[in-house]
Amino acid sequence: MIVAEQKSLEEIKNLIADMEKVLVVGCGTCVTVCFAGGDKEAGILASSLRMSTKLDGSTKEVTHITVQRQCEWEYIDPIADQINDADIVLSIGCGIGVQAIAERYPETVVVPGLNTTFLGLPTEQGVWEERCAACGECILGITGGICPIARCAKQLLNGPCGGSQNGMCEINPDTPCAWQLIYDKLKSQDRLHLIMDVQPPKNWSSSRDGGPRKITREDLRLAVEDSE
Amino acid sequence: MSDVSSNGYKSGSRLERILRAGHFAVTGELGPPQGAEINVIREKAELLQGLVDAVNITDNQTAIVRMSSIGAGTILVQEKLEPIIQMTCRDRNRLAIQSDLLGAYALGMRNLLCLTGDHQSFGNHPTAKNVHDIDSLQLVQMVVGMRDEEHFECGDEIKETAPRFFVGAAANPFGDPFEWRPYRLAKKVKAGADFIQTQLIYNVERFAEFMDKVRELGLHEQVYILAGIGPLKSPGMARYMRDQVAGLDVPDAIVDRMTHATDGIDPEDKKARRNAWRKEGMQVAIDLIKQMREIEGVAGVHVMAIEWEEAVKPIVEGAGLLPRPEPEPLPTSGSETE
Repeated sequence: MIVAEQKSLEEIKNLIADMEKVLVVGCGTCVTVCFAGGDKEAGILASSLRMSTKLDGSTKEVTHITVQRQCEWEYIDPIADQINDADIVLSIGCGIGVQAIAERYPETVVVPGLNTTFLGLPTEQGVWEERCAACGECILGITGGICPIARCAKQLLNGPCGGSQNGMCEINPDTPCAWQLIYDKLKSQDRLHLIMDVQPPKNWSSSRDGGPRKITREDLRLAVEDSE
Repeated sequence: MSDVSSNGYKSGSRLERILRAGHFAVTGELGPPQGAEINVIREKAELLQGLVDAVNITDNQTAIVRMSSIGAGTILVQEKLEPIIQMTCRDRNRLAIQSDLLGAYALGMRNLLCLTGDHQSFGNHPTAKNVHDIDSLQLVQMVVGMRDEEHFECGDEIKETAPRFFVGAAANPFGDPFEWRPYRLAKKVKAGADFIQTQLIYNVERFAEFMDKVRELGLHEQVYILAGIGPLKSPGMARYMRDQVAGLDVPDAIVDRMTHATDGIDPEDKKARRNAWRKEGMQVAIDLIKQMREIEGVAGVHVMAIEWEEAVKPIVEGAGLLPRPEPEPLPTSGSETE
């Protein structure tokens, strides 16, 4: 899932400072599951902003609404009336949700209420960890299902650096060394040969370094009429 | 195209010729200043002159901005002291690395140490973006390709003169997973490394265990291994390195040696205590070098006395490694010159 966390109330207040009618838009997918921007959080945030701005002597009208998925037109089209009625939309979807609303409603001022943080999973109640860097060229098949691009601080492809100690990464004693995990996994499966060869330099063009990415599936596109 | 130039060497560097001749090599280390003062380099170079075969010039070590390795290396070339340029993968992508290395070669540098680089969170620009386009093994492979195949990483041919470096890599025998470290070294050898400089060694027993495996894999016959030696300045430094630095293994016995160095000295006599610690620190280094010479497959030592260059002479001398041998001169008919 996409994991995010809420910005500070202070920062959010600055983002909406000059506006009267504020619409907080939550999202019912990833950010609901990570307790950052679901319906519950949208309600709490709207209420906090109402109280806080009132204390500051402002007369803001803050309402909230949540859609199932902010990142698809079909879910944000039905709330056009609420969006058009607001002076500003405070999206607490991920960065994709914020941009989807901004793109679909070009006249509307949209600001983010969350910091979109990473692609990851909850490893225990209240703890989320990064797992994927969306590099566009998956190598999990040779690294025992553990991603060194997302989980090694230096994105190493040929084994651990000298800072791996007692299974932990030198930059943070709470962060496991990805290469220790890879080594342990492959050793337990008797597949260490997979990391004995020198991995050549990675092709980063499929990653963000190649510019914004786009996938077009001709097999799925709706037929275009032969009008030309 | 071949792995030897017309002069019969890969690079013809002094370090390569010393090692090829079978001498026990000694390399030193010089940390460039956090400023642009040329005389700092000259003064440090003077302290190392004649004591070591070549000198590593660090590349923004511990992620703190310093004069560039190649810039400082150019000054060393002028001072007739052979540099080993350190190049990390943290700050440059494959374009910048190759371009800088063409410049370094043109300026007379012949040795290169390929490193991953300390993480920027340890340095003075912790909010910087790191690069890590390639890793240290891929860097070794790339510069060996530039030398032996005369092509860039992309495969394009290098016009006119291809840079011919004597290519080194680092090894940390004490990093984890310990049992995989010799295999990581094997990968560096497979990538084409000519020499290896190790992390600081204080735990000789554990290093010997690492070397047993290295010999079992036959690596000592394919690469020159220089053992890392660093003099301790105080018991505090020894404890810090034991407890706080990831990837270092300092046994209690060495910490105790440093602690007992001041036995019988008045605790108020700060100067005497400092001198006693430093003397013991140098003696520990000398003892370690002597132990390294006994380990089969160790081709030399890399003495790292950062910000304590004065210690190098007594250590190298105390270990019986002076005077440094003069290597065979390069054949004059060769197209390569040093």
